[in-house]
Amino acid sequence: MTGTKALLEVDDVTIKFGGLTALDQVSFTINEGEILGLIGPNGAGKTTCFNVMTGVYQATSGQVRFDGTPLTRMKRHKITRLGIARTFQNIRLFKSMTVLENVMVGADTHSKVGFFDALFRTPRHRRTEGAALERAKELLDIVGITARGDELASNLSYGDQRRLEIARAMATGPKLLCLDEPAAGFNPAEKVRLMELIRRVRDEGYTVLLIEHDMRLVMGVTDRIVVLEFGRKIAEGLPAEIRDNPAVIAAYLGVDEEDAS
Amino acid sequence: MTTVRTFVGNLGENWDRTVDRYNAQSKPVKILLTTLFTLFFFALPLLRPPVLTTEGIDFGSVMFRVAAFALVALGLNIVIGYAGLLDLGYVGFYAVGAYTTAVLTVYHGSWPFFLALPVAIVVTMITGVILGAPTLRVRGDYLAIVTLGFGEIIRICVTNIEWLGAAAGIKDIPHPNSIGPNPEGPFADKRGLFDIPRLEWDGLIPSLDHKRATHFLTFGSGDAIPYYWLLLTALLLVLFADRLIKASRVGRAWEATREDEDAAELMGVPTFKYKLMAFALGAAIGGMSGSFFASGQGGYINPQSFPLLLSMLFVAAVIVGGSGNRWGAIAGGALVAYLPERFREFADYRLFFFGLALTVLAVWRPEGLLPPRRTRRAKSVEAKIEALEEGEPV
Repeated sequence: MTGTKALLEVDDVTIKFGGLTALDQVSFTINEGEILGLIGPNGAGKTTCFNVMTGVYQATSGQVRFDGTPLTRMKRHKITRLGIARTFQNIRLFKSMTVLENVMVGADTHSKVGFFDALFRTPRHRRTEGAALERAKELLDIVGITARGDELASNLSYGDQRRLEIARAMATGPKLLCLDEPAAGFNPAEKVRLMELIRRVRDEGYTVLLIEHDMRLVMGVTDRIVVLEFGRKIAEGLPAEIRDNPAVIAAYLGVDEEDAS
Repeated sequence: MTTVRTFVGNLGENWDRTVDRYNAQSKPVKILLTTLFTLFFFALPLLRPPVLTTEGIDFGSVMFRVAAFALVALGLNIVIGYAGLLDLGYVGFYAVGAYTTAVLTVYHGSWPFFLALPVAIVVTMITGVILGAPTLRVRGDYLAIVTLGFGEIIRICVTNIEWLGAAAGIKDIPHPNSIGPNPEGPFADKRGLFDIPRLEWDGLIPSLDHKRATHFLTFGSGDAIPYYWLLLTALLLVLFADRLIKASRVGRAWEATREDEDAAELMGVPTFKYKLMAFALGAAIGGMSGSFFASGQGGYINPQSFPLLLSMLFVAAVIVGGSGNRWGAIAGGALVAYLPERFREFADYRLFFFGLALTVLAVWRPEGLLPPRRTRRAKSVEAKIEALEEGEPV
């Protein structure tokens, strides 16, 4: 199931905000076609890690490479075009646009249509627009909110908004889909549905990076797991290995000093 | 008072219903309705309906001013309404367009207006890019301050540059070339391509006034109506283009950028490029309007024609009309230009009433007279949720 080719390499990345070291020499790779879980207690640097990968922050030292291309100093929309798409921990949809339009913004990423195509309604414009609409509808179908296409994004329920975020990110045609706590605020039944959705997304051919708090969800869906604590990678391995790793248990539950070693 | 309130409150919904009813018609009916609607506005200064007509000032020139403001508001709506960039120095672009036209038609080889117009549009667009490229990197309030400064810089520059006529301005700007016989000069022939008489009202009884006919496509200094027609035609073209651009990838990119710039960027929208595009387009339309203004009936511009207050009026027009809705912007621009002229009898109190009206609107209808449909939809859902939370029956 797991490919051997590294899609994304995080190589010795350190980020400092003033005196605070948010990430300290973190290295890991994501292989093509796998679902990698990135876990850790609050404040461990998971979202910071996401932000480095998508160009929101610049690494103080170290490098992130995607498909062999270094992402240092690359513009955020170019990184997206290269094939990394993400969702947000606190939902950030285009609220006053319809659900379909939200997804179409993502689908426009690779569109070559510009101002003059739009003004003169060229055949290329019609083609691209039609294709974007088709793709958007398809994606809404995959995440299961087809019926809400013409609603305003702000009028969706919380769960559907999270689904819409996933559809919007998928619309950019990524190779790597990064989900930042997609299950936050979900009830158990919704979490099960989300797990199915994530698997389905992987089966569509995407590589998935998942940040999540919910252990059962992470253990149930990921192929490999990377654990962060205080900005450092403390463990990496198969879900079963991580479950029994004393350092991880210590990080999550807290143990006495002498037991921790 | 409550009637006013309900009226203003329902304006948006009624507008929606009208639009829906229009959209439900078959194609021939739509074309017919659009033609009638357009014709009505073209004929308005000739029909001179009793209640609408302004006292003491030529209705034709008022309508010219109304159309010029509507065009400016349409341009500014792209910047403020679509892309969400608060531009407080829009009058700067208006001035650049006007001065470019004046310089080209008066000083340099006496270009004909229709050649100077596209050049003025391009020059203003370039000005927009030059201003936008460094300043669009700042957001929100900062952008507003920088653009505010830009508007003033332009005005102060033209006041101090001798070549641009300094404080005296530029006069005798040629009118657009007339088509048909020449109404002025040594070979004067008062009859244009064809003459259109206007209506004269005695109370509510109309009669044709053949003595003061409008010469079609003849741009003289006696009659503002041909200028109004020219400007209205430009307005319709811009309106049409605006519609095409909005309903495309470009429009979506603008809206996404306005809603959440960072999220848009991360969804692959080159936000800077699209902000710059909105800015340049808005500038171009402002310059176009300025160009028409310069070669208008008066044929005279000076720095006092472009005060800071005008920038504020333009922004007010967009906000009053309903930022983000092109019809709202046009209505806002038209009202801002028209109301002070219509109620000239209040002379000194005009600005007071205008300010009062703006305040009333800001309190009861902060989203403008005709906000975009989606803003209203979101509002109504919000209201419903609030009502549910408070346990009231919806």
